[in-house]
Amino acid sequence: MLDRRAAVKLLLADRGDLLVVCGLGAPTYDAAAAGDDDRNFYLWGAMGGAVMVGLGLALARPDRRVLVITGDGEMLMGMGSLATVAMKRPANLAIAVLDNGVYGETGLQPSHTSGATDLAAVARGCGIPVTLEAADDQALATVARIIHESRETVFARLRIAADDPPRVLPLRDGVALKLRFRRALGLEP
Amino acid sequence: MSAAPDHADWPDQIFAVLKRGGVRQVGYVPDAGHSRLIERCRADGDIADVVLTTEEEGVALAAGAWLGGARAALLMQSSGVGNCVNMLSLTQNCRFPLLMLVTMRGEWGEFNPWQVPMGQATKSVLELCGVLVYRVERPDDAAETVEAALDIAFNGDRAAAVLLTQRLIGRKRW
Repeated sequence: MLDRRAAVKLLLADRGDLLVVCGLGAPTYDAAAAGDDDRNFYLWGAMGGAVMVGLGLALARPDRRVLVITGDGEMLMGMGSLATVAMKRPANLAIAVLDNGVYGETGLQPSHTSGATDLAAVARGCGIPVTLEAADDQALATVARIIHESRETVFARLRIAADDPPRVLPLRDGVALKLRFRRALGLEP
Repeated sequence: MSAAPDHADWPDQIFAVLKRGGVRQVGYVPDAGHSRLIERCRADGDIADVVLTTEEEGVALAAGAWLGGARAALLMQSSGVGNCVNMLSLTQNCRFPLLMLVTMRGEWGEFNPWQVPMGQATKSVLELCGVLVYRVERPDDAAETVEAALDIAFNGDRAAAVLLTQRLIGRKRW
């Protein structure tokens, strides 16, 4: 099992000009703990929407790599969006799901991935061309490299330990998050 | 099929408004009333057409598009408005622009009773979620109304929906 904080830190190390969208809850705290950045768009709500925000961004900016970091609960709520992504297959989009099989934010209640549901198989079945899994550091290093270099849409399931590390809370004003992200891309407010 | 024989080109006029307005992504859950507009979008090489599994995906798509500097529009039937409710908090909280074009069911001459509850609730649900709502009854008003909604969405950082009414689209023939 991977440590979530260390895994996200590795994904975001040497990020270059990577654009990041984080699903609500722990993935947002993990990305903040790895180092806040104007090019991180944190969701504090909109559960089920992280992958679609990433798709809209990836289609708008084919010149930039986009990474969606989210959890198994958030991904389960937006599972149809994997089918939607597979219809477009943007070369610059990667999705990393931190899968611990529990809803961490609300008291570690088991999610569907603690049962029979395999999100990597779901992504594959939806038609995402590159689907990966990692449960140890060696596999994670490979996944990180592919996320940064792949020329096809990537889905990675990262098996992380089911814990609830101390919260690192980034900015949560939605307008401020939007404006700083756009400014970092050289766009007008 | 729907029919509005005298002014059947209103979907083409709406398409022209979207093009003039710089829309580069169009998310949609198919509806018969939107078939012509979807066809035009799919045939346009400068528009990314994104077929959605559920309408709320399009709300999030449009937010991501705007983060990257692109304008998006979202096409759906009135039943889909109910699927968008929580995702519209993303739009309102972050003041993302959002242009929704909603073909109405469950009102004028509806045959299918299952369409009526959501069709009757559509306008109220949108307004409760902070969306500005405009309604088109006549073909001649379609393009102008969509243009007004597009302008307030992208210049005013607001969500705006245009309800393309069942009277405009024509009754579904069973």
